[in-house]
Amino acid sequence: MDFALIGRIWPFFAEAAWVTIEVSMLAIILGLILGFAAALASLSRNVLLRWPARAYVSVFRGTPALIQLFLLYFGGPQIGIHLGPFEAGVIGLGINIGAYMCETIRGAILSVDKGQTEAGRCLGLGQTQVMRRVILPQAARMMVRPLGVNAIALIKGSAIVSTISVLELSYTAHRYISSTYKPFEMFILASIFYLAIVTVFSFGVKKIDERVALES
Amino acid sequence: MSEPIVKIRGLKKNFGSLQVLKGIDMDIDQGQIFALIGASGSGKSTLLRTINQLEEVTEGEIWFDGELVNQKLPHRQREAHLNRLRQNIGMVFQHFNLFPHLTAIENVTMAPLMLGRVNKAEAIEQAKKLLDKVGLSDRGDYYPSKLSGGQKQRVAIARSLAMNPKLMLFDEVTSALDPELVGEVNRVMKALAEEDMTMIIVTHDLRFAEDVSDHVIFMADGLVVEEGPPSLVFRAPQEDRTKSFLQQVFND
Ligand SMILES: Nc1ncnc2c1ncn2[C@@H]1O[C@H](COP(=O)(O)OP(=O)(O)OP(=O)(O)O)[C@@H](O)[C@H]1O
Ligand SMILES: [Mg+2]
Repeated sequence: MDFALIGRIWPFFAEAAWVTIEVSMLAIILGLILGFAAALASLSRNVLLRWPARAYVSVFRGTPALIQLFLLYFGGPQIGIHLGPFEAGVIGLGINIGAYMCETIRGAILSVDKGQTEAGRCLGLGQTQVMRRVILPQAARMMVRPLGVNAIALIKGSAIVSTISVLELSYTAHRYISSTYKPFEMFILASIFYLAIVTVFSFGVKKIDERVALES
Repeated sequence: MSEPIVKIRGLKKNFGSLQVLKGIDMDIDQGQIFALIGASGSGKSTLLRTINQLEEVTEGEIWFDGELVNQKLPHRQREAHLNRLRQNIGMVFQHFNLFPHLTAIENVTMAPLMLGRVNKAEAIEQAKKLLDKVGLSDRGDYYPSKLSGGQKQRVAIARSLAMNPKLMLFDEVTSALDPELVGEVNRVMKALAEEDMTMIIVTHDLRFAEDVSDHVIFMADGLVVEEGPPSLVFRAPQEDRTKSFLQQVFND
């Protein structure tokens, strides 16, 4: 183990870790928005909303994220979509994780007892009112942890954006391997940063979960 | 004689190929207390749930307060019609179905506030009165998870009453309770009955049915087999099926 080398280059990894965090967080936000919209659409009684939402989930869960990313970044320009690596990375990852988050959010909504909807409707509230004030507040509590799992999978999976040369952790590890020929040290270093990010993030999720679980 | 508040004619309900209600007729006058009894699976809950359209009707008519409940309407209009209808029909469930993320008082104020019936101060004042009425004036700030079953059910009753319904439906509201908690809920229903509320009570508690109701309906296999004042149905049943049902229940 070449500790001197690690001591010299870790700041570059720290910088790259920041890029990983940025890509991941933006993708998670995008994923949450898409996932939430798709979940509501997939539960709508309107086929014109339901069908596209189901198709979105099937397609993006049923094909490799890497291919989706390549399609967007390398194939995009052919149909007039020109994106830089960072933007393509965020959008590609975000759309992909959104499909998983859709299923998580949908599952949480469906897991709320049917009696809750009945009670709300029996009071004369409309479907949307019941969704907003009765179902979603309860579903939200149940989705924190599974969405955290989705998000952590995304953080680790964000390594694939190195293939479209986003200067994040994995890319940086590769780059330093070709100049130092020390793959062991480089991958260990990258792993430590991933582990740190994931640990902090998990802790945050746990805190949010405890917070929302409290009142009731 | 004024129109009955609930009028049911030739009501049939199928679940797929299973016919659960096979032609029910019923008239309920303002202020009457109906007890609906019968073996498990006889269709009591289904009948109750068609009245506020938690279940759609396969055939027949249900009239409430002079209006056809099961009108064929385009989706949007039907939703508006149902919302209006249900604001006048309270329902209390076996498993309470309180909103667990809201306190007792918030459970009670939610619908009147959301429907713009009252302002916040009025809603709270009314909810306090209702909680007081069900004997829970000191539990307003409790979340349902901190209440006993009997307390939950009384909050659920208060929640329904907050809409000032003209009819209350009770579906085995004490069946999930520990025996020692049944009385407190029954007392609330009894008090409500004495205030001239129109009520339909589905129950396996025949003693309570006899005590509270002024009309008993015995159902079997999706049909009304026998009905009449409790003194007759319980003390001098005419039909064999009623007799054997009563015998079975009272022997348990
Ligand atoms: N949603 C449903 N889908 C299919 N069958 C149903 C449904 N709801 C009720 N049933 C069936 O309809 C019949 C009548 O049910 P219902 O719940 O009305 O009986 P009940 O008299 O209330 O019985 P219990 O005393 O057990 O509550 C039963 O055979 C039941 O299995
Ligand atoms: Mg029942």
